[in-house]
Amino acid sequence: MPANELVLYQEEFQRLENSLRQLRQDASARAVFVFDKSGQQIAAAGETDQFDTTSLASLTAGNVAATDGLAKLIGEREFSTLHHEGQRDHMHISIVGKRAILLVIFDERSSLGLVRLRVKRSSVEMEKIFEEMQEKGTRAADGQAPASPFAEITDEDIDALFSE
Amino acid sequence: MTFINYASREINCKIVYYGPGLGGKTTNLQYIYSKTAPEAKGKMISLATETDRTLFFDFLPLDLGSIRGFTTRFHLYTVPGQVFYDASRKLILKGVDGVAFVADSQEERMDANIESIRNLDENLREQGFDLQTIPYVLQFNKRDLPSALPVDVMYRALNFKREPTFEAVASEGIGVFDTLKAVAKQILVELRRQ
Ligand SMILES: Nc1nc2c(ncn2[C@@H]2O[C@H](COP(=O)(O)OP(=O)(O)O)[C@@H](O)[C@H]2O)c(=O)[nH]1
Ligand SMILES: [Mg+2]
Repeated sequence: MPANELVLYQEEFQRLENSLRQLRQDASARAVFVFDKSGQQIAAAGETDQFDTTSLASLTAGNVAATDGLAKLIGEREFSTLHHEGQRDHMHISIVGKRAILLVIFDERSSLGLVRLRVKRSSVEMEKIFEEMQEKGTRAADGQAPASPFAEITDEDIDALFSE
Repeated sequence: MTFINYASREINCKIVYYGPGLGGKTTNLQYIYSKTAPEAKGKMISLATETDRTLFFDFLPLDLGSIRGFTTRFHLYTVPGQVFYDASRKLILKGVDGVAFVADSQEERMDANIESIRNLDENLREQGFDLQTIPYVLQFNKRDLPSALPVDVMYRALNFKREPTFEAVASEGIGVFDTLKAVAKQILVELRRQ
């Protein structure tokens, strides 16, 4: 089985959010998001309440997956960034580390050049945070970090979920 | 991929509905969507062709309540069933936690069912998963049709590890939630085991 679990603790979450907030400010963006490649939102900053973030996460991941497939078809390892240009709003999508997707939504208050530059800078920092998350997850599996709250769920807990 | 978020106290899992084209995968999701309270569901997204055939995927986010103070959220996806969409199917299996296989009970779709399970096995393997061990349930859909094969015949042909199996008429909602619950349960039990 691949590493099929991602555990995000308060500390790393805070650091991710801080670096997203910084990026959003530096890039004069409307909103910035980090998603997992499987389509789940990890963190966000900016005008996030203007968007259906769950749908954004799923469709962005689908977009990245399809683009990855296209790259392989022509013998490229990946297209590391994607850019969608609209009338008013634009998207910049890039890969951070191995499994995260960074989405920046921006308008005329910013520019593609600026977004690119700032994304490059904060990606380095975010990659580091993800590496540490991964390490912490591995330590948890070895029993050196707090165990998952699900280690002790009962059949009753599970059944209760479905008793609507 | 199971995503446990201690900061927002959420747990997110991904379930994929797999099976041959026109078997009723999208119909399963539509029924779940129609029967779920507005506050427990997000928008259902369908990337479909003009004729309503699934082109890339359907997506439905669902909150099932909470366990030990963690909001439990399932992301439901369907794949396009037609053979030539194999590249898309592989993409949707990325980070999957559990699979519900929707088989078409009509006799003339039996070969398509078998081919689709074989295809699932292969595509899971490519993503580093194993059909033998991944949370998995089987649904015999379209039980209302006159050409539906007897259940025991289908069971012998399609069930390969005594996975939970449900009869369904997805267009009327029969068996739809049983199927979802069974796969969700297996995922949570798996989470406990890890
Ligand atoms: N008679 C009958 N038709 C069904 C049932 N479930 C789905 N259908 C119909 O079968 C067709 C294909 O269903 P769809 O959900 O689009 O299949 P998908 O390709 O697997 O997503 C639609 O016209 C559905 O209304 C069922 O249980 N009985
Ligand atoms: Mg469909």
